[in-house]
Amino acid sequence: MAIKEISVKDLAVKALQKEELFLLDVRTEDAFQDWKIESENFTYLNIPYFDLLDGVEEIEDQLPKDKDIVVACAKGGSSQMVTEMLDDAGFTNVYSLEGGMKAWSEHLMPVKVSDLTDGGELYQFVRIGKGCLSYMVVSNGEAAIIDSTRKTDVYVNFAEQMGVKIKHVFDTHLHADHISGGRTIAQQTGAAYWLPPKDAEEVTFDYQPLQDGEKVTIGNTTIDIHALYSPGHTIGSTSFVVDDQYLMTGDILFIDSIGRPDLAGKADDWVMDLRETLYKRYKDLSDELIVLPAHFMIMDELNEDGTVAEKLGVLFEKNHGLNIEDKDEFRKMVTENLPPQPNAYQEIRETNMGKIDPEEEEQREMEIGPNRCAVR
Amino acid sequence: MNVTKILDAKGLACPMPIVKTKKAMKEVESGETLEIHATDQGAKSDLTAWAKSSGHELLEHDEEDGVFKFWIQKG
Repeated sequence: MAIKEISVKDLAVKALQKEELFLLDVRTEDAFQDWKIESENFTYLNIPYFDLLDGVEEIEDQLPKDKDIVVACAKGGSSQMVTEMLDDAGFTNVYSLEGGMKAWSEHLMPVKVSDLTDGGELYQFVRIGKGCLSYMVVSNGEAAIIDSTRKTDVYVNFAEQMGVKIKHVFDTHLHADHISGGRTIAQQTGAAYWLPPKDAEEVTFDYQPLQDGEKVTIGNTTIDIHALYSPGHTIGSTSFVVDDQYLMTGDILFIDSIGRPDLAGKADDWVMDLRETLYKRYKDLSDELIVLPAHFMIMDELNEDGTVAEKLGVLFEKNHGLNIEDKDEFRKMVTENLPPQPNAYQEIRETNMGKIDPEEEEQREMEIGPNRCAVR
Repeated sequence: MNVTKILDAKGLACPMPIVKTKKAMKEVESGETLEIHATDQGAKSDLTAWAKSSGHELLEHDEEDGVFKFWIQKG
């Protein structure tokens, strides 16, 4: 009997719309504890698929009959098996998550943030499973991409549909939690690939060096991307001011947390850079700028419309990481008791430097799990 | 190591390596060792967790040319 499946795209919509759903996660307990599909009104049961090989009788009374059940596993194979067993047991409301957590980790949703001056548009690409955010600025036939993920075809196809040519690709810093698609997009489209030189000292390829104060124009109707040197998460970290309205903070400042300084191994050296950026450089900017970060950590950071964005002034009021008066306390917070580092972060950094070139399947494995770039 | 039986689960994706391992385990006696070859990346964490939850012992594991090898002693 054919089982029903649900795509990561449809599940993402349900997660964003806070629908009620029962999620049966059949991965190991460790994998589930580490990282799962989050949404306010989801209820969870975690039973590894290998405990269900002899039958699903034992869990039947823990499953609801009156709401949809989604079965999720690592890649979509084991969830099919469990879904079929549940289907045989008379559950008609069960769906297997197509492609499993791997597909969930890779799914990208473009959400329009706003119109820009003179007909430009700004899109946020939400990678809901991993909490990565990337951006496309579009104006008069041209496009720029910021902090692109590995799924480069999504951006290239999107630009094609919009009828725009990708001219510039930026990374705010050398990423440690996900593999950048920046270089690939640049190669495919002939766009310029920009990196902060201080993060790029070991890269094996040519790039355009991003310098503080650099201005790049997208389209004929000048939408300036203004680079703002903002070290702390990495020594090269650079923010962008787009169209004088939006502040892209990379991994320096998030909605409900701040960047961690330890992923490139220099936490103690970079703590004061991070503080200087957050408490001085950003403080000097207009409160009205809307912050667009490169990550979110929890679903609460998403707005009603699915975007992740908030006024800088509001963050200075509400974000705990921006309100620590005492320097020593700040140092402690960002260097001690940090969450575990992202999965395979060293290998990810080396891949982003061009030092290693793993197969796609291996890249997927490297990226598994949450992004963990923040401290709260 | 004294291996009683070898299971070839190469090329199989989840859940098949565990399904086959479970079946092969029935054919060895308590205290005997099953050697498993698999290529699925998820096999390591799954076999480790499975062995633990079913009372077997993962004695050793190894990786060679993209093939994961596991030695599990039946509990």
